[in-house]
Amino acid sequence: MWMEGESEGLQTLGIVVVVCSSLKLLHYLGLIDLSDDKIEDELEMTMVCHRPEGLEQLEAQTNFTKRELQVLYRGFKNECPSGVVNEETFKQIYAQFFPHGDATTYAHYLFHAFDTTQTGSVKFEDFVTALSILLRGTVHEKLRWTFNLYDINKDGYINKEEMMDIVKAIYDMMGKYTYPVLKEDTPRQHVDVFFQKMDKNKDGIVTLDEFLESCQEDDNIMRSLQLFQNVM
Amino acid sequence: MAAGVATWLPFARAAAVGWLPLAQQPLPPAPGVKASRGDEVLVVNVSGRRFETWKNTLDRYPDTLLGSSEKEFFYDADSGEYFFDRDPDMFRHVLNFYRTGRLHCPRQECIQAFDEELAFYGLVPELVGDCCLEEYRDRKKENAERLAEDEEAEQAAEGPALRAGSSLRQRLWRAFENPHTSTAALVFYYVTGFFIAVSVIANVVETIPCRSLARRPPGEQPCGDRFPTAFFCMDTACVLIFTGEYLLRLFAAPSRCRFLRSVMSLIDVVAILPYYIGLFVPKNEDVSGAFVTLRVFRVFRIFKFSRHSQGLRILGYTLKSCASELGFLLFSLTMAIIIFATVMFYAEKGTKKTNFTSIPAAFWYTIVTMTTLGYGDMVPSTIAGKIFGSICSLSGVLVIALPVPVIVSNFSRIYHQNQRADKRRAQQKVRLARIRLAKSGTTNAFLQYKQNRGLEDSGSGEDQALCVRNRSAFEKQHHHLLHCLEKTTCHEFTDELTFNEALGAVSLGGRTSRSTSVSSQPVGPGNLLSSCCPRRAKRRALRLANSTASVSRASMQELDTLRRSPVPQSRSSLNAKLHDNLDLNCDSRDFVAAIISIPTPPANTPDESRPSSPGGGGGASSTLRNSSLGTPCLLPETVKISSL
Repeated sequence: MWMEGESEGLQTLGIVVVVCSSLKLLHYLGLIDLSDDKIEDELEMTMVCHRPEGLEQLEAQTNFTKRELQVLYRGFKNECPSGVVNEETFKQIYAQFFPHGDATTYAHYLFHAFDTTQTGSVKFEDFVTALSILLRGTVHEKLRWTFNLYDINKDGYINKEEMMDIVKAIYDMMGKYTYPVLKEDTPRQHVDVFFQKMDKNKDGIVTLDEFLESCQEDDNIMRSLQLFQNVM
Repeated sequence: MAAGVATWLPFARAAAVGWLPLAQQPLPPAPGVKASRGDEVLVVNVSGRRFETWKNTLDRYPDTLLGSSEKEFFYDADSGEYFFDRDPDMFRHVLNFYRTGRLHCPRQECIQAFDEELAFYGLVPELVGDCCLEEYRDRKKENAERLAEDEEAEQAAEGPALRAGSSLRQRLWRAFENPHTSTAALVFYYVTGFFIAVSVIANVVETIPCRSLARRPPGEQPCGDRFPTAFFCMDTACVLIFTGEYLLRLFAAPSRCRFLRSVMSLIDVVAILPYYIGLFVPKNEDVSGAFVTLRVFRVFRIFKFSRHSQGLRILGYTLKSCASELGFLLFSLTMAIIIFATVMFYAEKGTKKTNFTSIPAAFWYTIVTMTTLGYGDMVPSTIAGKIFGSICSLSGVLVIALPVPVIVSNFSRIYHQNQRADKRRAQQKVRLARIRLAKSGTTNAFLQYKQNRGLEDSGSGEDQALCVRNRSAFEKQHHHLLHCLEKTTCHEFTDELTFNEALGAVSLGGRTSRSTSVSSQPVGPGNLLSSCCPRRAKRRALRLANSTASVSRASMQELDTLRRSPVPQSRSSLNAKLHDNLDLNCDSRDFVAAIISIPTPPANTPDESRPSSPGGGGGASSTLRNSSLGTPCLLPETVKISSL
């Protein structure tokens, strides 16, 4: 039926068909990806939406008045219509205030201090609770919040490495162009001075009580705690 | 979110009366309802336009902003209405959703703006009614495609600004993806393109008959057989280059699995595989037949050109996006072919010595006729055959013409998108420069403020007070924040020039006195500046460690001048809250949980240089002259930017 010499051509055809169909099969199985556009997948993502508790509840739980809560919420909602802040957005917001340097590391630690339940997103309630402590709370509460911020792994103690990370993050925010020029071991020296002051029993870690005690002994700190009292 | 479920609640509760006789235990007491105020009219004020509606209407959808207690956050007790600072035209659609249960999509608004409004009011995009859903989806997809391109273009343009600390892998990958970033990448790009062309041409040429002087004198031989070594060497060289390129890309890819699965890498593999298979396959007669067919796959190397050619990629993308239309075309053609082939076969069956020996043989005739090729190697001879043949050719024209406009319109849409993207890429540099300019305003505003503040301490005329006083409340707080950070770290913010000079001083180990009063380009209105803030020059002179090298560098950097228009108030939509946080021994540090619309960059770009001030009072070489946002200061607003 076939002319002679046709077998090679038919073999080629056969190989082409086999290869194409196996590629298609693999594509359907998901092992390879023949399509380049990933846009359709993202279109179908549903939005996580969170609504905060009522105004009265929040007013009772925090030290803000209704008006202040309203103002806070409007700003929050403007930036995050879905009702939650994720770490990326938080970092971006924070970075806008420190254009000179790199604020992302510090924003990372801040985010984890805000996110008390470690869910990866900060809701309006968490936000407002933390603000209430920091703006209107007692000295004790503020200091405890700060201790929690420094304690990166939340084990109840601050050790030198955690402090180093925090201090380096702060120095990162200064950026490159500072006066006097930032030296390599400036953060380390800073941490050493801090530890000398805070670590009463010189065991290399700072507990909450040591921290509270040392801060209360320092007039500078006490005075500056009152600085932002009436900011709202 | 079930539509309007809340309105049917009374009905459901009334229906529960039917359970009463059957209940074996006493039913729980009903929840106490607040003394309901009956139905009341709520006023919603959206940017001045008042919408009034029943409270019940809004309560229909309790998991949206307007239906839940979240709207209390926007309640203005003084005027007794809910105030939203959003677009009133869009709000109309949102409110109509509550009223009618169907969310319609406005035709003339930008789909992104509509999406943002939906997100704000807590409405899920799936609520868009069926009448508008298709259009919504299409417009959104179009937008998303366009934005994805924009992002790619921006990333490509900002590629050169990568940190120096990127590893070899990252740099290699960047060189592969954007050949224009470095000369080596460009060279590599052209070399591979050249070798692809060489390989394809070699494939083509080796089949051309060359006159052979050996063995069969009168005959001709394909060139490939006449010069087998030459072609083999060329093939080897090309394959080596392709293999090397593939391995390098594999090494540099940020996600190797994804790279392995992508189309381009598959093409690469298919292009080089036949050669290696040919190397390892023994040259015996049985297998060499299959080996010969494998050489056909060498033609796939031509697809490697799609990395080099934008047009090919567009074509490929078009074909992919028109896949359904092409499939329909294919399917309808196949149906028609089978029908007509069968008919022709039976019509011509009676004829002796006919070409239509079987139905598959008639397929060829049908295809040739339907596509109006008409080779003429098979023609019907019976009358019935000719009638059916003419019907076949007429219908062929129709069937093929139908899906073509769809494909064409798809192609034109994608092509125009690419045109636009190219134009945007060309204008990217100017755009980036302008953005950088706007951003630098904020960074320099603080430094400006510091100097002004410094002058405040030394007590002087009203000019400084003007500059300092006219900052907005937000600016004041932001500057206070930065000031606190400085005090925490016991370092101060400075500009790049000072930094480099200080660096130079540190390395040189001394401060050379200011020998030359440098004023490379005295800026006219700069005189105004020096008179406005006279002490600043002296203060800078004291602070700067002089080095003429850096100053001449500054003047060399001034290649372009952009007159900076007053930067628009970038912090207009702001709710600034400053909050406190405690800190180490020096001072308080604070963090801010406020919102700014325009993002600012991480660091000063090295492209900017400061204009030098005129001689004035003692030859300060450079001063910071930037208008802070919106300050109606007497500062000239000129900043020199180096070549873009």
